[in-house]
Amino acid sequence: MVAPSLKLQDLIREIRGARTQAQEREVIQKECAHIRASFRNGDPLHRHRQLAKLLYVHILGYPAHFGQMECLKLIASPRFTDKRVGYLGAMLLLDERHDAHLLITNSIKNDLSQGIQPVQGLALCTLSTMGSAEMCQDLATEVEKLLLKPSPYVRKKAILTAVHMIRKVPGLSSIFLPPCTQLLHERHHGILLGTITLITELCERSPAALRHFQKVVPQLVQILRTLVTTGYSTEHSISGISDPFLQVQILRLLRILGRNHEESSETMNDLLAQVATNTDTSRNAGNAVLFETVLTIMDIRSAAGLRVLAVNILGCFLLNSDKNIRYVALTSLLRLVQSDHSAVQRHRPTVVECLRETDTSLSRRALELSLALVNSSNVRAMTQELQAFLEFCPPDLRANCASGILLAAERFAPTKRWHIDTILHVLTTAGTYVRDDAVANLIQLIGGAQELHAYSVRRLYSALAHDISQQPLVQVAAWCIGEYGDLLLEGNSEETEPLQVGDEEILALLEKVLQSHMSLPATRGYVLTALMKLSTRLPGDNNRIRQVVSIYGSCLDVELQQRAVEYNALFRKYDYMRAAILEKMPLVERGGRQVDEEAEESKEAAQLSEAAPVSTEPQASKLLDLLDLLDGPSGDAQHPPPLDPSPGVALGHLLDLPCEPPPLAPIPNLRVFERKGVQLNLSFIRPPGTPALLLITVTVTNSSGGDVTHFICQAAVPKSFQLQLQVPSGDTVPAQGGLPITQLFRILNPNKAPLRLKLRLTYNHFGQSVQEIFEVNNLPMETWQ
Amino acid sequence: MRFMLLFSRQGKLRLQKWYLATSDKERKKMVRELMQVVLARKPKMCSFLEWRDLKVVYKRYASLYFCCAIEGQDNELITLELIHRYVELLDKYFGSVCELDIIFNFEKAYFILDEFLMGGDVQDTSKKSVLKAIEQADLLQEDESPRSVLEEMGLA
Repeated sequence: MVAPSLKLQDLIREIRGARTQAQEREVIQKECAHIRASFRNGDPLHRHRQLAKLLYVHILGYPAHFGQMECLKLIASPRFTDKRVGYLGAMLLLDERHDAHLLITNSIKNDLSQGIQPVQGLALCTLSTMGSAEMCQDLATEVEKLLLKPSPYVRKKAILTAVHMIRKVPGLSSIFLPPCTQLLHERHHGILLGTITLITELCERSPAALRHFQKVVPQLVQILRTLVTTGYSTEHSISGISDPFLQVQILRLLRILGRNHEESSETMNDLLAQVATNTDTSRNAGNAVLFETVLTIMDIRSAAGLRVLAVNILGCFLLNSDKNIRYVALTSLLRLVQSDHSAVQRHRPTVVECLRETDTSLSRRALELSLALVNSSNVRAMTQELQAFLEFCPPDLRANCASGILLAAERFAPTKRWHIDTILHVLTTAGTYVRDDAVANLIQLIGGAQELHAYSVRRLYSALAHDISQQPLVQVAAWCIGEYGDLLLEGNSEETEPLQVGDEEILALLEKVLQSHMSLPATRGYVLTALMKLSTRLPGDNNRIRQVVSIYGSCLDVELQQRAVEYNALFRKYDYMRAAILEKMPLVERGGRQVDEEAEESKEAAQLSEAAPVSTEPQASKLLDLLDLLDGPSGDAQHPPPLDPSPGVALGHLLDLPCEPPPLAPIPNLRVFERKGVQLNLSFIRPPGTPALLLITVTVTNSSGGDVTHFICQAAVPKSFQLQLQVPSGDTVPAQGGLPITQLFRILNPNKAPLRLKLRLTYNHFGQSVQEIFEVNNLPMETWQ
Repeated sequence: MRFMLLFSRQGKLRLQKWYLATSDKERKKMVRELMQVVLARKPKMCSFLEWRDLKVVYKRYASLYFCCAIEGQDNELITLELIHRYVELLDKYFGSVCELDIIFNFEKAYFILDEFLMGGDVQDTSKKSVLKAIEQADLLQEDESPRSVLEEMGLA
């Protein structure tokens, strides 16, 4: 008699007894060899035990693919024990990527039609976990048969299997939609829950299904009302809330049905108000239902009073002692702050309190929300709070906080002096975390506020004397001291404490910065130029300045060396020109218009891409396929052009004269695609002032009888161009002239090369998936000349 | 729900249930990454975090972390209830469940999960109903086994 194989639990014990990784590997390898041998010998009795052991080993991370065929054999066995383990194995080991998985289709079919209920359950479960598109296609009718058959145990599973099948093969919706109406009349919670999930899935995928189910909104409202009002069934309740899972699922479906639909929204208004006010909030279950209610209220066309109620509920959540509740409140309020700004404003003090949270995921949300709540009336108070936060917040939030404060200051600064003070404060607290253009912006700001030159230079001097490590601050301070050094010597100003500074001290400070190892080359450049300017602003014989400048004539850094040499030349050969060249700078024209546009665009794109991450990601990866079709990769699709150089560097900037280009004639639209009533039109704009930029608006219309869904448009351009695709307005065009999809392309053509454009369209139409790749011909010359 | 993981404080995976087809390699990578993120969280922090493009809801029960990855429009608070319900089911079944129970009876943990959730959605909101189904399945197994014990000893 062959020695009986190790029992599962004994093997587990042995593996856990291993003291080292190597020992564990040894035990497992030995056992796997036994298991393999046992499989080869085809021992039917112990097969289930062998597979179970293999599955355990698989969970630990070891290979187990040789067990795949055994799963098939076990599933085909008449014994329940075998099937149970076999199906589990199938779910863990079989992968829809391998053809082997299709082999269980037949067994599943048999089990579904002839098996006892527990066996049918196993088969359905496996199908819904790992069923591939082909399997779903083959087994759809079997599952459909089980939807309306008597036993609730099997029916509830069949319904959820249908949900999975629709996800894999959207076309199967036509089979599973009709039974839903009848299923909604069921009273069994499991069946009802499954049905609502199924209807939700159907509505999310097809506008036609959505319209169909909008008719059952009254029925859904009734179901929910019954749940909420007729108390307490111990079987389905959690903390006194009747079946919160079912409530949440119904609320979610109502949200989808009520979105953009006046009639449905009106029907559910009263019920939502009822749930919002009557749900017990002492435990998480109640809060979960309340949360879903709030989400639904905010998303449908609800009455204004109801919306305010919803925001107030969120405000209450913010005060809840449970962190999780505060977290969802902050996240939701952030979503609402644009659409319901005044309602959210009422909770500003509570939001600001949340900045002090110790949990960074909460303080991060609170920061975003606080920044969104800043407006012209509360800017001073809010900036104070945010600056306090900046001093103590964790490093990963500093950059966001700093740039947020700077942005808010720019938009809402009550006075220039306050603005300068605020920026100064940010630079001193978190200088290393600010964006690169903060320096340029501050310089611009100070330059433009003539009455504040003295004040600014004094404050900057003090800040610099205090700390020379924060580079952005040092750069601005150097520039200012260079420009307005004479004002520093003047001494008194009523605004700040009297500051007595001598010219030697100024020079000493600048030299200190120049020599410090903390100063970046760019900073040194600023200081060198500042020193030069001081040669005309300060009294004295400039010997000290000349010395420093000549030393840098042999500096290793090329940029510094060049400056030093030029400045030296200024001292020696061109001394008569020195005063004129180093005069006070006029206000630099805000050539930052381009810069701002880019900043806004990339912020917009960042916000949009946050909202729709799934749609942009596959676009980026599939774009590479398209790009192979034109000459080589056209580079990163999301690349904003470089920022303007800082004003301290290019003296030639002064000679740039702004000029208005003549307005261009409008470019004609172009229809580029037409198939069975689906049309794609391009319209072009060349904004004046940015000759290299071309904006293309793509419009997709549908005059056919069938909806267009899952529409994706991708584009490729030649290598010298830069292409940026904005997120489209949607992915669905309803039939018979429904709302079209629009999408904006931004194309930069700095070399004025001839434009070539290739498009790839994928969408579903009349139950088929369509893919079209084509190059756009007849592009008008005005698009690139 | 995209997937559910159970793992110990030492980073040992005890159960993984995937509701979306992903390659083995990709799964291993995601598990490793997510375990690292969750294990780095301090005890007082909230149960929700953002990871990749998903929301993660996790809760620690004794030495085990129960971790669910859900999608953008899913409700985090009800997912917490879902996790709690699963733990209650395990507790009722094993009688005061601990990590060892799940280690030595991993297949039972899967069977229970598969009676509670399907495709990532809740199948039955009644604890009683789920436990009864497991009980019946266990009975079926037991009915089959006396014969196999005898066969094992070569007496049938």
